[in-house]
Amino acid sequence: MSSNGQTSADDILIHVNDLNKWYGEFHVLKDINLHVKKGEKIIICGPSGSGKSTLIRCMNRLEKYQAGEVLIDGILLDDNVKNLEAVRKEVAMVFQHFNLFPHMTILDNLTLAPRLVNKMPKKDAEEMAMSYLERVKIPQQANKFPGQLSGGQQQRVAIARALCSNPRVMLFDEPTSALDPEMIKEVLDVMVELAEEGTTMICVTHEMGFAKQVADRVIFMDEGRIIEENTPHEFFDNPQNERTQLFLSQILGH
Amino acid sequence: MSNIAIKPPSQSGIVNWMKENLFSNKLNTVISIICIYLVVKFLAGVVDWGILNAVFAADASACKAASDGACWGVISEKYRFIIFGTYPADEQWRPLLAMVWFVGLIICSLLRSFWKLWLLPLWIASLIGLGILMWGGVLGLSYVENTQWGGLPLTLMLAVVGTVAAFPLGILLALGRRSELPLIRVWCVAFIELVRGVPLISVLFMASVMFPLFLPEGVTIDKLLRAQIGIILFTSAYLAEVFRGGLQAVPKGQYEAAAAMGLTYWQTMRVVVMPQALRIVIPPTVNSFISMFKDTSLVLIIGLFDLLATAKVAITDPVWRAFYIEVYIFVAAIYFVFCYSMASYANNLETELRKGEQH
Repeated sequence: MSSNGQTSADDILIHVNDLNKWYGEFHVLKDINLHVKKGEKIIICGPSGSGKSTLIRCMNRLEKYQAGEVLIDGILLDDNVKNLEAVRKEVAMVFQHFNLFPHMTILDNLTLAPRLVNKMPKKDAEEMAMSYLERVKIPQQANKFPGQLSGGQQQRVAIARALCSNPRVMLFDEPTSALDPEMIKEVLDVMVELAEEGTTMICVTHEMGFAKQVADRVIFMDEGRIIEENTPHEFFDNPQNERTQLFLSQILGH
Repeated sequence: MSNIAIKPPSQSGIVNWMKENLFSNKLNTVISIICIYLVVKFLAGVVDWGILNAVFAADASACKAASDGACWGVISEKYRFIIFGTYPADEQWRPLLAMVWFVGLIICSLLRSFWKLWLLPLWIASLIGLGILMWGGVLGLSYVENTQWGGLPLTLMLAVVGTVAAFPLGILLALGRRSELPLIRVWCVAFIELVRGVPLISVLFMASVMFPLFLPEGVTIDKLLRAQIGIILFTSAYLAEVFRGGLQAVPKGQYEAAAAMGLTYWQTMRVVVMPQALRIVIPPTVNSFISMFKDTSLVLIIGLFDLLATAKVAITDPVWRAFYIEVYIFVAAIYFVFCYSMASYANNLETELRKGEQH
């Protein structure tokens, strides 16, 4: 299935090897090693400023890194534009603030990448977009503008938009953090469904219920390092590291 | 409470409106009465001078006799010269037709239902057609040198060609100024700051007097073209800064979303960023265009006779010299019609675009 021989053997889709990144003098990511198998669901959590968003943003090169390497499906993410183009076709991202294009209808938002990047004919792209809108349960909003939708609806549109480029990996950067509490569930429901369908997902979130439900692995980061990495069962019931225990008591305590 | 109001209590009618807004208390009433008195007094003066006591016939002695009225006769005497300049009198239907065509084309281009791909070839064909009409020399039209062009057609041409050409140039400069490539950035910054840093008069003066000195011997570029290029470059530098403001107002998340879905730089700019940035800067953009429309009058400095210049020449006629006020009012009215149309169109466009999205 995989396009490149060297990674298909062990079915690992994402390699992060000794990744280091600095913002000026500030060392944001320190010696990160992470390997994600095809179909795996990874939840990344940790206190704010721990580098978790920066880590997933390195996986589609919204952020550059200074040392180490990130390979997606065998493609090295470096300054090579060809590689970048190839990776961005395979990796889709859902943002905290949705980042829908406010001047375009929902349908145009969804068909943009298929038409411009994958050169799909308009009619096919619209059919596909409608099928994804049905999957996130808002096909009736297709001709509205983002500003006319609620936050939860906008985030579901953003998920559908990400799916429209047929990605092999979905990155979620705190997808529910900007939502009102009553809208979080509708977005998480869609994400659970995606997880059950076998999509490879890497999700930065503090929704621990969601993590327990779908994660294959939970990763805890602090101060730019991966502190702990375990199955959700072990992670929540038997955290090894002191900082993990503190974080969990704070986040689950209230 | 016994009665629950479903709607806010509303009072309509002009009497109620006046009670609420003009005569709500003593001070307000006094101010309103003073203002109304001043407006009435002013309007009465204008009507007296401009209509009741005015002379409309092109008769200079009658004008002189009517000392407390306007002399519109000077306009009926001179309007052809003011509008068409020194273009040969028998051929003035040509610039007239050209103007009507041109203005029609612009109005079509401004209507959103006409925003189709064939607009571009239509513009190219029209510009060629207008060139033939104005210069002549073919199709049995006599040749008219462009040093004889003047008045309103010249002003319109300088302004519209200036607008149309400066717009894309301004976008490129704005993008260049934000480019990650240092050489492009430095060039754009240098151009913008240099051009913004000098007055338009000196740009025109350089274009007309100094620029030919740098050309190899025997090569000449038409004076009108040089003035036009000067105006385009000058306007584009201002527009670039306006557009840069718009680019900065587009949230970073929009660029990131476009990048994450694999759009190229130009796709991102064309489809995602520019439509949002330009919408934000509609008011200052129109401001620049209005300002540029009026600045075209500075081409007088290099010997081109635009609308304002022909008006000035018209009142050098000793017979009509005394009636310069009327001539300036006439010219001001023409400028106002064009500038106000631009402003209203921009307002409409803004409301129209907002209506679709209902933010």
